[in-house]
Amino acid sequence: MNANIAALLYLASGVLFILSLRGLSSPETSRKGARNGMIGMAIAILTTLWMLWPMDAVTLALIGGGILIGGAVGAVIARRIPMTAMPQLVAAFHSLVGLAAVMVAAGAFLAPVAFGITDVAGRIHEISRIEMSLGAAIGAITFSGSVIAFLKLNGNMSGAPILLPARHLINILVGAAIVGLIVAFVMSEGAASGGGQLLWYVIALSFAIGFLLIIPIGGADMPVVVSMLNSYSGWAAAALGFTLENNALIITGSLVGSSGAILSYIMCKAMNRSFISVILGGFGADAAAATGDSGPAKPVKIGSADDAAFIMKNASKVIIVPGYGMAVAQAQHALKEMAEMLKEEGVDVSYAIHPVAGRMPGHMNVLLAEAQVPYDEVFELEDINSEFAQADVAFVIGANDVTNPDAETNPQSPIYGMPVLKVWNAKTVFFIKRSLASGYAGVENPLFFRDNTMMLLGDAKKMTESIVKAL
Amino acid sequence: MLKRLATLLALAFALAAPAFASSEGGGGVDPLIFRIAIFVMAVFVGYYVVWSVTPALHTPLMAVTNAISSVIIVGALVAAATGAGHELTARMWTAKGFGAVAVVLAAVNIFGGFLVTQRMLAMYKKKEKPAPKAESN
Repeated sequence: MNANIAALLYLASGVLFILSLRGLSSPETSRKGARNGMIGMAIAILTTLWMLWPMDAVTLALIGGGILIGGAVGAVIARRIPMTAMPQLVAAFHSLVGLAAVMVAAGAFLAPVAFGITDVAGRIHEISRIEMSLGAAIGAITFSGSVIAFLKLNGNMSGAPILLPARHLINILVGAAIVGLIVAFVMSEGAASGGGQLLWYVIALSFAIGFLLIIPIGGADMPVVVSMLNSYSGWAAAALGFTLENNALIITGSLVGSSGAILSYIMCKAMNRSFISVILGGFGADAAAATGDSGPAKPVKIGSADDAAFIMKNASKVIIVPGYGMAVAQAQHALKEMAEMLKEEGVDVSYAIHPVAGRMPGHMNVLLAEAQVPYDEVFELEDINSEFAQADVAFVIGANDVTNPDAETNPQSPIYGMPVLKVWNAKTVFFIKRSLASGYAGVENPLFFRDNTMMLLGDAKKMTESIVKAL
Repeated sequence: MLKRLATLLALAFALAAPAFASSEGGGGVDPLIFRIAIFVMAVFVGYYVVWSVTPALHTPLMAVTNAISSVIIVGALVAAATGAGHELTARMWTAKGFGAVAVVLAAVNIFGGFLVTQRMLAMYKKKEKPAPKAESN
């Protein structure tokens, strides 16, 4: 009877999780959505504790202490983390889910009776062995992949792709070995009674392949990687949901899994890349070499903050295009101040955001929200792209590849076919950049050399602040 | 409409599943099949729900999905509670240890994920003054 009530409670928490994602369809409903998620989580945890009751003192201390310590650490991190570091944070959090999944799978293997997955003879069900090995493998890939993604995003590791010789062959071999070991683990009589090392080998190799898969992927492709790891953490949870016969876990896992998959798809589409080509990695390495021979230096117009201030003050419509550079320079507050001053001059100011601007989906939107830019002034690529033709000024701050006209006109360009913001249709383009170097994807931007482009060379934040002063 | 329908269908399915599952035995359908059904339906629900998320909230979406996937903590709790009231073997202690560490990891994620989501969502504001949107063209 109790088990049935518990199953219904888990179902309720699964439904609350669905509602929490549903709430994110608009900023107004989103806060309520997040609350639903928290209630769902509380129900799931309390139900589990109820089912495990009564507990001895040691267990109680382990669980209570664990939740207290983990919760405190999490709360402090959540409070302190700067918004610009959100991509790293999300990658780090994914790695924790992955590792937790590995440990739960290991726990289920070591103590199958506690999980209720044994038959009368005390052997682990075959189906449970499939589920736990899948959960462990996906969890391990999520963990090591996310650690690499974190190191790259946090700058502890170069964002440039690291290409091992014969990496595809290595990956295929390791992947095949993992599949083989899982099959052996499921078939093994020894493993059924809890013996053997097969599960540990599966986990070790999965750690290795997660690492191998992510190191050749360049920084510009990180939005896809982060979304993909998001998806993996979901599938790992779902696989263990089957082991635990827990509907909350199955529902949540599939929600998160499909969410991450959809985000990866959106990111790939916004870069005109196939998912496979991103996963195979190496983008940005060959491209940099290809643009080395771009010939003699072309004339570039270099402007000053005063020029920019003067032209924008007299404009009637300004569209701001932020990119990763804005995040790095923490220029969002100065930018908002500039926009406010322009609005006081009667200028119509809006923001245009490319789906892959920044290092994770929606990165720019969060930063602008942090600077208190109202979200109804911020537009997506397809909603605003036609408006550049009516704009007097396109103000590009820290974005590069997403404004590259080569994507439309030059079939030789590595980013040809990627949807871009057509900033060049504006009467004047201001381009804040530290130098004339190419962007993160290693592709030269011919926009710099156009007649209507004025380069503002310098740090994004300092330059924006000087424009504010000049206004 | 379609979204709502899909949600309702999945809910009906999921609700019915435990009822059927409890009446198994004697040639009945394996409860595993019902779990697979729930899984498949939830993937579809996820598909429709996530497509309806506005791109402006994609970062909070990742943070919140991360927080809810930490519901894996229920597995960690079970592992941490291994062998309550019994004499523990070394093997069970290991399982218990794994469980306890997993509880900590998942708790970091749950608290961190939800709080950071809340912090982000609190920043999204509409234009302050709704009336005077003086078009200057």
